[in-house]
Amino acid sequence: MLEYVLFSLLNSLVLGMLLFMLSSGLTLIFSMMGVLNFAHASFYMLGAYFGYQISTWVGFWPALVIAPLLVGGLGALVERYGLRSLHKYGHVAELLFTVGLFYIIEESVNLIWGRNAVMYPIPKILDFPVFKLLGADVSAYRMFMLLISMGMFVGLYLVLTRTRIGLIIQAALTHPEGVNALGHNVPAVFMLVFGGGSALAGLAGVIGGIFLITEPAMAATLGPIVFVVIVVGGMGSLTGAFVASLLLAAIQTFAVGIEYSLTDLFALFGWRVDATGFFRDIWRIQLSHTGPILPYLFMVLMLMFRPKGLMGKRES
Amino acid sequence: MLEVKELHAYYGRSHILQGVNLKVARGEIVSLLGRNGVGRSTTCMTIMGLVPPHGSILYKGEEMAGLKPHQVARKGIGFVPEDRWIFPGLTVLQNLQLGQKRKKQAGRWTIDDVFKIFPRLGERSNVHGGLISGGEKQMLTICRTLMGDPDFIMIDEPTEGLAPQMVKQVGDLIEEIAGRGISVLLVEQKLSIALKISKRLYIMGHGKIVFEGTPNDIKNDQTIRKEWLEV
Repeated sequence: MLEYVLFSLLNSLVLGMLLFMLSSGLTLIFSMMGVLNFAHASFYMLGAYFGYQISTWVGFWPALVIAPLLVGGLGALVERYGLRSLHKYGHVAELLFTVGLFYIIEESVNLIWGRNAVMYPIPKILDFPVFKLLGADVSAYRMFMLLISMGMFVGLYLVLTRTRIGLIIQAALTHPEGVNALGHNVPAVFMLVFGGGSALAGLAGVIGGIFLITEPAMAATLGPIVFVVIVVGGMGSLTGAFVASLLLAAIQTFAVGIEYSLTDLFALFGWRVDATGFFRDIWRIQLSHTGPILPYLFMVLMLMFRPKGLMGKRES
Repeated sequence: MLEVKELHAYYGRSHILQGVNLKVARGEIVSLLGRNGVGRSTTCMTIMGLVPPHGSILYKGEEMAGLKPHQVARKGIGFVPEDRWIFPGLTVLQNLQLGQKRKKQAGRWTIDDVFKIFPRLGERSNVHGGLISGGEKQMLTICRTLMGDPDFIMIDEPTEGLAPQMVKQVGDLIEEIAGRGISVLLVEQKLSIALKISKRLYIMGHGKIVFEGTPNDIKNDQTIRKEWLEV
């Protein structure tokens, strides 16, 4: 039992920090620009594929730097030449643009790298057990992922709170027109945030593509979860995104190992359910099988009872 | 310093400004009066580039119409909005620092100046902007704009919702601003403060200027006051 709890906690932390790398950019972009970027997870996928490709040419370490920069540059171009020109038509046009972009990126990846997953292995230097936990190996790569995501978290925090550009970003989260009227180039800040958010998603892709899988469906797999994170955390709240990332990762990870059903739960109280009735299949579903839907259930409940999310400041 | 000619502005299909003409000279305090909804705030927003302008806005002889808001600000025009736009997650000090267009900008106003004029802001320098009182917010938003060292400043409804003592302080500050050679366009509803500190006044009605004169002209013209100012 202790082994299950410890390993689930470790896996939750790794997955949660990966989710935060994606959701931090998405929530900043949404809060500042009002754009719900459906293509955000596509930048994560591009990060993984760019990381894979560059790794085959010059190795993993240059790829870890170059791929996020490329993805960030691409994100900045998308903002400058796509979203900015659509801004005057309102948020629906921007939303539809990002939906279209999602499919363009997915199909482009299919065309270039094929429909099957690519072999994106753990770099040899990180492919060893770093220590044993209750007799089981903990891989160095997992610790490396944790280190990178923690570093990104600390870096993002320092940039936002200790630098002038961070102050401008924080101010523009609430009154972009006010920041503009003080003489700061807010459109350029938008481009920087969109590019930066995309670069973070790209970085998550470079390391997450190895940990999970690098395939054309990876954006569609992780994208909805990232939306759940920012809704649960509260739209526009970085702290909320951080808490929700860890929470949802924990819910999913812990659920996988719990082999109990509603029948077992009722039995604890001495109740017996009808094993032949209309709901017989529902009583027998084990919690481990519901893992993938739990985050969405959580989101629906959150929207019903606390629409502004855990730490959000607005209702809509 | 500033000359606005035939300025028009629209919100969607609504024609808000319908040919505004006004002038402000160097170091002059000019008030823009009128009832709610006549376009006084929109005039400021349009000069600032926050609402697309149609017409001419000459500042120091240079055309401002068509420039982005940050470019207008960098030319030396400051704007204190009615809504104050205090950044709630930043401290009082950080709000002031953001008023500077560059880090360590040297201008006519320093943070020490601000804290000397308003010791209360100094005492609360590390408090978040969202947690200070309405009067303190008003002082902060004016001072934040001053940190950008503008030569011309538009102040929209600075005394709205303030206690009488605070209103006097705001009036004194505006006179101090003009005393340092900065031109002021003051948008006000309170006739008393506008008459006391302005050199000239404009009255707006239906999206255009309907009267121009001195405080004495308005004091002596009951018809104008009744028709365009009194509710």
